Amino acid sequence: MTDTIDRPEADGDDVGEHVLDHLIIRFAGDSGDGMQLTGDRFTSVSASFGNDLSTLPDFPAEIRAPAGTVNGVSAFQVNIADHKITTPGDEPNVLVAMNPAALMADLHRLEPGGTVIVNEDAFEERNLDKAGYKVNPLDDDSLAHYRVLKVPMTSLTKEICAPLGVKPRDAERSKNFFALGLVSFMYTRPVEPTLGWIAEKFGGNEQVEAANKAAFLAGFNFGETTEAVGHRYEVKPAKLPAGTYTSITGNTALAWGIVAAGQLAKLPITLGSYPITPASDILHELSKHKHFGIRTVQAEDEIAAIGMALGAAFAGHLGVTTTSGPGVALKSETTSLAVSIELPLLLVDIQRGGPSTGLPTKTEASDLNIALYGRHGEAPLPVVAAYTPAQCFHAAIEAIRIALKYRTPVILLSDGYLANGSEPWNLPDVDTLPDISVPFTTEPNHVDDEGNEDFWPYLRDETTLARPWAIPGTPGLMHRVGGLEKKDGTGNIDYTPENHERMVHLRAAKIEAIANDIPPTEINGDPDADVLVLGWGSTWAAIDAAIQRSRRVGKSVASAHLMHLNPLPPDLGDILKGFKRVIIPELNMGQLTTLIRGTYLVDAQCLSKVQGMPFKSREIEAAIDEALASISSSNDNPNGATS
Amino acid sequence: MSTAQVAVTTKKDWSSDQEVRWCPGCGDYGILLAVQTLMPDLGIAPENTVFISGIGCSSRFPYYMNTYGMHSIHGRAPAIATGVAVARPDLDVWVITGDGDGLSIGGNHLIHALRRNVNLNILLFNNRIYGLTKGQFSPTSPVGKVTKSTPMGSIDPPFNPLSVALGAEASFVARTHDLDRKHMMETFRAAHDHHGSSFVEIYQNCNVFNDGQFDEVTKKQARDEMMINLVHGEPITFGADQQRAVAMGVDGQLRLVERADVAAEDILVHDANRHDPSLAFALARLSHDDHSPTPFGVFRDIQRPEYAGAVADQVMAASERKGPGDLEGLLRSNGTWTVD
Repeated sequence: MTDTIDRPEADGDDVGEHVLDHLIIRFAGDSGDGMQLTGDRFTSVSASFGNDLSTLPDFPAEIRAPAGTVNGVSAFQVNIADHKITTPGDEPNVLVAMNPAALMADLHRLEPGGTVIVNEDAFEERNLDKAGYKVNPLDDDSLAHYRVLKVPMTSLTKEICAPLGVKPRDAERSKNFFALGLVSFMYTRPVEPTLGWIAEKFGGNEQVEAANKAAFLAGFNFGETTEAVGHRYEVKPAKLPAGTYTSITGNTALAWGIVAAGQLAKLPITLGSYPITPASDILHELSKHKHFGIRTVQAEDEIAAIGMALGAAFAGHLGVTTTSGPGVALKSETTSLAVSIELPLLLVDIQRGGPSTGLPTKTEASDLNIALYGRHGEAPLPVVAAYTPAQCFHAAIEAIRIALKYRTPVILLSDGYLANGSEPWNLPDVDTLPDISVPFTTEPNHVDDEGNEDFWPYLRDETTLARPWAIPGTPGLMHRVGGLEKKDGTGNIDYTPENHERMVHLRAAKIEAIANDIPPTEINGDPDADVLVLGWGSTWAAIDAAIQRSRRVGKSVASAHLMHLNPLPPDLGDILKGFKRVIIPELNMGQLTTLIRGTYLVDAQCLSKVQGMPFKSREIEAAIDEALASISSSNDNPNGATS
Repeated sequence: MSTAQVAVTTKKDWSSDQEVRWCPGCGDYGILLAVQTLMPDLGIAPENTVFISGIGCSSRFPYYMNTYGMHSIHGRAPAIATGVAVARPDLDVWVITGDGDGLSIGGNHLIHALRRNVNLNILLFNNRIYGLTKGQFSPTSPVGKVTKSTPMGSIDPPFNPLSVALGAEASFVARTHDLDRKHMMETFRAAHDHHGSSFVEIYQNCNVFNDGQFDEVTKKQARDEMMINLVHGEPITFGADQQRAVAMGVDGQLRLVERADVAAEDILVHDANRHDPSLAFALARLSHDDHSPTPFGVFRDIQRPEYAGAVADQVMAASERKGPGDLEGLLRSNGTWTVD
């Protein structure tokens, strides 16, 4: 992905009287208030309107935490813009708070002077108490520094729904559409797509359909007729590169990448998966596409899930298993077997906050170590990391390409932020996608001493070092594989010391050689800059925004982003040594940083964040500033290269 | 199952060139011989046959079969074999496991493979001991068993493998033993012919760590009085002169009776095809120790939907409904907009 910023990103100031260049809205409410749906609708409408956008769903681990509490707050942040953007924004311009708990949880995120839209009806004693407010914040001066719109959304919704014969309790549930209608007016979103969507979604239930439509229009009209709402703002369509776009989340893109890889490899797919947040959506998505020759099995556990995928790979399918961190731990033993029997396999890890159950619905990128090292014995395997929601599609194809070509399990890392976040995707021409098919072996590959043809399952391809993939049903090529050490070539059980050492080295050499089959590192910015920000995974968005802004004001900084984490690109060491400072922002305690320091003896510094939230671009800009300041004060180059 | 002509094979075609490495005198030799002898009679080809095993002495089995095979991980063979079967319902898939592999570390996979009714032939070699780790009690060892890890005797109540299989809704459940090649071959053939998961418990002697565990039942001189041969549709009788029988008491409990003491119609007639598993379950629990008559043969053999076929049917139904997968259409399926 080569995203570029076409025009300067303003900081929320009006660039015309009623025109904004971007807008960050955060919808926050109780888990039962439908905030994810509301945010999703606002996003969809903005996408088809032509804005560039980026989203951040932020919801609790509990399906319904106690109503009205801060723990139960579910939020959806979306950044829409008239130019290319990469992040859901550091600080929302607008906070929609459906109850006191939402205000309590999210007010601190709002930009100074930002707009707060509250559902006034919810600010009654019981809710205030549950949220931890001693005094109603709408009554004292605690919101004095914000523009506050107090709207009795619940009662207005009930009122508009009463003539429709909707029960008050059911009517109340439509108040999120009132909120959506109001912001749709305030920020000039088209009405028809949402009305159409309501009709499609709730068409089976006339009352609900009517209530939601009525609430949505009531919210819109409230904006139009209420003076307090003031200016109507607009965010014009972005000047995005020409193409056909869709709005896509990382998990959907990743699932579609797997579907595509099956087509490109001309292989049927078997997915073994066990439900786990935030990976389950991939299982759901792939289960919908059986007509692509996809078999999905919801296994009895994580271990069975990868076992099924490996069994399918042995039988000639593209074997895939999807999970999150705890599942990776459970799959470790089978992953090692896959390394040993050298069969293609894709293991997808949608990372979340850990250890253990940790923060199941929040993002983190702390499984790099388990991906790289989390197996017994010497068991190297390729690791690929996706870095934007849409790019998950290409990352899945690339991971599967490597798995098939080199007959190896590959771990593909994504995370909760990419998984649930969405962005517009300029759809690729499917005819330009790579052919990743590999032939099965169908003929004997060896002649024994007596001149008889036979099959050696571990006789390797000289260039890739991959062993032949001969599948059941092929006459004459019957063979056994297993976890015991195999004799180089024949694959028969062999415990001799020299053979084991040779096999350990061969398996490692096969993976190391993949370095020659991956693209060179791309430098975003001036290769002669002082500071390099090196990233991997979902930090791309915040890094890119920070780099663009820093470079615009003349700071000497560039960035590079790693999609291949094992093996690393062969040119990386030399690139790193050319910079005076290397910063590695990571949503962990420095897992890549340690690897980079150990591999290249470069004094890379980690910018660590483990709050279950992605980086803000400002946080990365601050680290860049600090690095630049340290150069001017010391004037040295710790990496030893000429400056 | 393909009806294509399969080339005639011999036992030699099913035997790999690998040296068999079980201890001399191990019951596994007899089981291997029974399987290798049976295979040519099943009308299948070695290249369409897959043996998947876990870890343990018995799990070396695939190395000795000239078929496709995988010696996998402790306990995981039913899961891996499920993947093979789901991907390729055309294959003949066998699972080789043991009492530790199948009922301890892999218990979860075993019960779920049986529950799903995946078309697998699962042979569980039960020697009631951990042999490969040199003699610890297993989940089928009796209470009181003195082993290296239980010097004061095991306090773990054992599993009855057939009860576990029946509890997991297995559609085919049988028991045989390593000293009777003919009975093994009959039982394995029935397991193979069954469409769905077939579970066969094989009493297998470990002559090194648990020698003679089944002698009181399966030794030649004990068999007449101690082995109850189940034959579908026949009254359940046993003894040198078939003088004993199994009858159901008024309390519903199965009892061993003298034939002379009961009316002929009171003798239980074996019905392996009975859908309700309660009688098979009662038969499986007839013997509570190694000193009482024990049923052998096919306890249960019923038809219910097979899993891998059902998976394939859904793939086919989806293809018929939606046509072949259209990648370009998929990428556009959530709505699109165009930028010029």
